[in-house]
Amino acid sequence: MSTLTPATLDEVTPRARAGNAAHPVQARPLGRSLVLPLLLPAAILVLWQSAASFEWLSPQVLPAPALVLDTFLELARNGDITAALAISLHRIAIGFSIGALLGLLTGILLGVSERVKDYVEPTLRGLFAVPSIGWIPILILIFGVDETLKILIIAKAVFVPLVINTAQGIRNVPVAYREAAQVMKLRAVTRLFKLTIPASLPAIFSGVRLGLSHAFIALVVVEMLAATEGIGYMMVWGRKLFQIDTVIVGMLIVGALGYALDKILRRIETRLSTWTPQHGR
Amino acid sequence: MAGDTTLPAETGSRRHQLRALAIPLALVAGWLVLIDSGWFQSPLLVPLGQIVSAPFVDPDGRQIWAAIGASLLRVATGFAIGTTLGIALGVVLGLSRPWQQAVSPTVHTLRQIALFAWIPLLTSWFGNGETAKIVFISLSAFFPAFLNTEQGVRGIPPALREVAYALRLPPAKRIVKLILPAALPAILVGVEIALLTAWIGTVGSEYAIGIGRGIGAFLVAARESFRMDLVLLGVIALALIGYGFSRLSRHLYNRLITWQIR
Repeated sequence: MSTLTPATLDEVTPRARAGNAAHPVQARPLGRSLVLPLLLPAAILVLWQSAASFEWLSPQVLPAPALVLDTFLELARNGDITAALAISLHRIAIGFSIGALLGLLTGILLGVSERVKDYVEPTLRGLFAVPSIGWIPILILIFGVDETLKILIIAKAVFVPLVINTAQGIRNVPVAYREAAQVMKLRAVTRLFKLTIPASLPAIFSGVRLGLSHAFIALVVVEMLAATEGIGYMMVWGRKLFQIDTVIVGMLIVGALGYALDKILRRIETRLSTWTPQHGR
Repeated sequence: MAGDTTLPAETGSRRHQLRALAIPLALVAGWLVLIDSGWFQSPLLVPLGQIVSAPFVDPDGRQIWAAIGASLLRVATGFAIGTTLGIALGVVLGLSRPWQQAVSPTVHTLRQIALFAWIPLLTSWFGNGETAKIVFISLSAFFPAFLNTEQGVRGIPPALREVAYALRLPPAKRIVKLILPAALPAILVGVEIALLTAWIGTVGSEYAIGIGRGIGAFLVAARESFRMDLVLLGVIALALIGYGFSRLSRHLYNRLITWQIR
């Protein structure tokens, strides 16, 4: 494939390519790369359908693909999915805003001041060693299974990567920039907003991306363990009623959302890193 | 790489160490003065002494040892299964372009599903018992082990492969002598992440499925009886074991990969 430049691809018409004996070896991988990835999903689908048609498994264990599709369409039409998603996204939005803001401020403090870092960072590192699954029972005892619990768990999931990346990004600002700021005698505030933050923006943004994906995972966990609504709860509820079709629909939505979130943020991230000049580290 | 979620440890001077201890010591002192002395009472603010002594004196607290044992056994089983499968599939797909094109996209798509979302499906397939937990833990270890191995094997310089080809090494020998050593740094990073996600997966599955022993089940029981001291005890155990795992895998990495500085 690497020998076939896009320009030559355009020049050769499909018919000419098919008739050209010198090219089939190069043309085949192109078709293969389109067909091969679909083979396994197709095989799984066939197996799944036959398991349902020949009743190898009871529908309570594995519902037919068509039933899953029907359930999806029905839940989409009667607004169940939209309602669940609205609640879940609302939780993410609030939790993310709180966690990102606090994480950014803490990260800046840790990155700018050596003293704050010495005092605070070891304690934070200890707290960061506790995963969300550990915070959930503690926070349930304090706040109950309330909305506060979910917001806090999501905020914590965002806070951690944002603190780490912001502090690291600021510490990695090239010495030359800092020296230039010193020579120009920039005021601390000007320096922070004109130099430090813009220079560490790519690192901060990877923190945001990581934070958002962690927030999404935390949302699913907390909604499955302690909620009565939302997309995570939809799956738990489906499981309780032995409606595995609902469970699978929930998984598909969670997967699609996670994928979309990651794709969009990665795209913004590459944009952002091409804007800023490469630091010659 | 994906494992970079810990703040870099700095081995600093005496002053650094003193400063590092300032906040924890202040918190402990404040806690002892205000709560252990009985000045301030609340069911949520449990005396430190009570938390520390719970695993030895409290009849419910003593359960933590059995819980730790059950969780460690579970994480070892699930981690072993998941990592083995992950490394094996990673090597196969890393070596064969057609296989990679056929299988990789599906695995990467499945990975987009947040791990926890598998639990309802797994419990309906494998029941609310041990099997579902082990499958879930294996799954959580599988993805990082697979991803890093696949990348590591694909990243092996072509020159090395050509040498193996020129020497006509048989496939088995090629894998053992060339592929695995060359991809070892990446594989070990995958193993490290796999161990940590398997540990979180273990406690998470015990917490969510709730039948049987384990730290997760211990936490559920403590929460349901409103015992903050036992909840904190369980969380401390969970965090310490996770920390131990991460130290262990760092150590393993530095032992095995002596030619590279991380």
